[in-house]
Amino acid sequence: MSNQVPIAEGLFTWPSAKPALLASRCRKCGIAAFPVASSCMACSGQDVEIEELPSRGTLWTWTVQQFMPKNPYRSDETPETFIPYGVGYLELPGGVRVEGRLTENDPQKLQIGMKMDVVFEPYRTEDNGDEVINFFFRPVQ
Amino acid sequence: MDVAIVGIGIHPFGRTPARSGLQQGAYAARLALQDAGIEWRDIQFAFGGSASAGSADALVNELGLTGIPFINVANGCATGGSSLISAYNAIKSGEYDVGMVTGFDKHDRGAFNADPEELGIGQWYGEVGMMMTTQFFAMKIQKYMHDHAISHDTLAKVSEKAFINGSKNPNAWRTEPISVDEIINSTMVNDPLTKFMFCSPAEGGVALILCRADHAKRYTDTPVYLKGATMKSRRFGSFEVFSPSQALQQVDGPTVDASKAAFEMAGVGPKDMDVMQLQDTEVGAEIMHMSENGFCEDGEQEALIQQGATHIGGSMPVNTDGGCLANGEPIGASGLRQVYENVLQLRGQAGDHQVPHDPKLAYTHVYGAPGISAITILQR
Ligand SMILES: [Zn+2]
Repeated sequence: MSNQVPIAEGLFTWPSAKPALLASRCRKCGIAAFPVASSCMACSGQDVEIEELPSRGTLWTWTVQQFMPKNPYRSDETPETFIPYGVGYLELPGGVRVEGRLTENDPQKLQIGMKMDVVFEPYRTEDNGDEVINFFFRPVQ
Repeated sequence: MDVAIVGIGIHPFGRTPARSGLQQGAYAARLALQDAGIEWRDIQFAFGGSASAGSADALVNELGLTGIPFINVANGCATGGSSLISAYNAIKSGEYDVGMVTGFDKHDRGAFNADPEELGIGQWYGEVGMMMTTQFFAMKIQKYMHDHAISHDTLAKVSEKAFINGSKNPNAWRTEPISVDEIINSTMVNDPLTKFMFCSPAEGGVALILCRADHAKRYTDTPVYLKGATMKSRRFGSFEVFSPSQALQQVDGPTVDASKAAFEMAGVGPKDMDVMQLQDTEVGAEIMHMSENGFCEDGEQEALIQQGATHIGGSMPVNTDGGCLANGEPIGASGLRQVYENVLQLRGQAGDHQVPHDPKLAYTHVYGAPGISAITILQR
């Protein structure tokens, strides 16, 4: 079995039986930020704590990326194998709106206000065989 | 000290393989000097910007080495607006009597590439394909359409108008009208926005000569006065491009803030404006910027645009030179193109794209990543 590595350290708990996105929350004003930041963009405070974000939220807005982005885009795709992908902001109760890729790319099946789960899935494979894990938003099934 | 614009020059926008970006800037600068009847050696300072065509201050190699302070400005799509405000403040302070603002650019085809780390965002953000300005604009109008009942047809009508206006402007890039059907059915880029709803990177140059208002008549019979010039960056909670997350509580964006400040500074209101140039990176931006700048309430754009209010002969003409949609967006020059157009309008020299009834007040607005907005209010 191949080794699974997160796309970036500190974005989400990994490895974990129940992975979750990680946010920082300002102890002074209570505002949360994703990804974890060492200072607060709302009040300039530097006293932050790290917390796990909820795994279910509401789609705030979305689009579908219909053409393959240039560098720094880095997937296993070629212009021939590229598959359009959805992008959206998921409103996580009590936390923040997080921008992420959607597992759904059919505009007919995407709607503002729909419930979605945060899931963690392989995104690409490195030359050494490692599977790179990213977070995605998936319509609640 | 009030400030006047007494000379304007432009190099046609679009593609000019025979001239470098710098040469297009010099071309515009010479026309602006000629328009003001002033020599380059009499210019006391300059502010200039270019994102992809070298340093703006290299213009002195074309125009002559006179020893003036020439300051380079880099503020994304708001570069032109930022240069103009810098020059405005330099004269307003009483430090200088006359100076130049210039912007030129020459970009490769295709979407702008952005480096996440340059903006303090992790590399992963670009790797998964979210470092795309087009996605932000699409998601912002998607939400706006949902909340304020704007139709796809209205999106297309903004492009249709842009290309009609472009066809009347000899300096525009896109000069062929395109039908609403063709716009809606062109390649989808980022839902709900199609190819013909976006502007493209392009080339061009603009230069303006500014002086203290009480000297204006030395240079021209038709001075145009800068009654307001403001610039704001984003506050916490506004929805901006390249944001891995955003606050649950939303606040007004930099456009709203800069607009309010500009109207206050000029002592006039949105209803007083006779012609306006609003940042139209894509059609959704023009629609949302109409309300963000105070020209209508959220949702009123649907009826206004369907009725033709934003056309040259309409009640609130927007982007009379074709905007970014018909001119493309050479970053350094784009905001100054808007000012150039408004000076033409206020002088009554806009030819086929002239708005009727002797306009007296004109408005420009630029918006750029990562959340900057600059406004000017001009009066003749
Ligand atoms: Zn705080």
